[in-house]
Amino acid sequence: MDVANANVDIPNQASLISQLIRLGDDHLVLGHRLSEWCGHAPMLEEDLAMPNIALDLLGQARALYTYAGSLENKGRDEDAIAYNRLEHEYTNLLICERPNGDFAHTMLRQLFFSCFMHQYWQQALSSTDENIAAIAGKAVKESDYHVRHTAQWVIRLGDGTDESAQRSLDAVQQLAPYVNELFETDDIAAACAVNKVLPGPSSIEAGWNVQMSDILEQAKLPMPEYQMGQSGGRQGRHTESMGYLLAELQFLQRSYPNMQW
Amino acid sequence: MTDTAQTPLWEVFIRPRNGLAHRHCGSLHAADATMALQAARDVYTRREEGQSIWVIPSSEIVASDPNDKETFFDPAGDKIYRHPTFYDIPDDVGHM
Repeated sequence: MDVANANVDIPNQASLISQLIRLGDDHLVLGHRLSEWCGHAPMLEEDLAMPNIALDLLGQARALYTYAGSLENKGRDEDAIAYNRLEHEYTNLLICERPNGDFAHTMLRQLFFSCFMHQYWQQALSSTDENIAAIAGKAVKESDYHVRHTAQWVIRLGDGTDESAQRSLDAVQQLAPYVNELFETDDIAAACAVNKVLPGPSSIEAGWNVQMSDILEQAKLPMPEYQMGQSGGRQGRHTESMGYLLAELQFLQRSYPNMQW
Repeated sequence: MTDTAQTPLWEVFIRPRNGLAHRHCGSLHAADATMALQAARDVYTRREEGQSIWVIPSSEIVASDPNDKETFFDPAGDKIYRHPTFYDIPDDVGHM
């Protein structure tokens, strides 16, 4: 991506770099979690569908990291940002690092996230930063499919057998504490919403609720009560499971620094 | 989900490019038509193979009986005049 002519007219470019890395971390970490299903999905068809989504997320993370690195201009490429940081330097949403749980849990987590991101990318299409608009142009089509696919599963599982309905209900309750963080808008996120460079997360909340209540009603599931939620991912405060995730994610770069293939 | 009674078999047809016909490319298991279409997208069009997808329940296909092979197909074996190879094509026509 050519960013030499990037004209980023916001008050604080450091905020934009931070916010891009936050978004990149969301996609990298959730993509890694989804990839853990590869070879273990409940049916062959899903064994391809979930890695497909994971690869979309990784691709989005790459674009976000690359752009952040070029704005930062300190010689960090996508790999340096993705692999060479300590746990507290990752600023992903906590919902992205949650263990996969069962299939219903994974599908609902993906739906919560993708529903948010799809609306986020839709807004970002009209970003005043042409690089961000370009990333959004690709990501909006991918996230549209993620919503579609996971929504169909959530509806079938929620309105399925007694067991699938119970597992889906459990997933709603287990994931509810991690929803509010999606919409949190601190100073960094707010700075990026100036001049419509990036959407403000809080601006997505109403639309997310409309779309989610429609899907969950079809699934005969309740809306998550998320107002009192977990927080801290954006500040690098993670759940216990993050360390294990990074141990696997970073293994090669930690064992063989700067290795490439 | 491994219970195939809940996820019957579907046949998948992909149209590779505009102007070409849908071709059978494989089968998959899915609970219903919507899921079958999505699974077909995920399984069979990962490398830009398709512009359009059809899925139909395998149980809806009416197939010829292999035991009917002699009756159905052998009679065509000695009727070479049905192949359009006995005409002289004018040079101006070019490749047909």
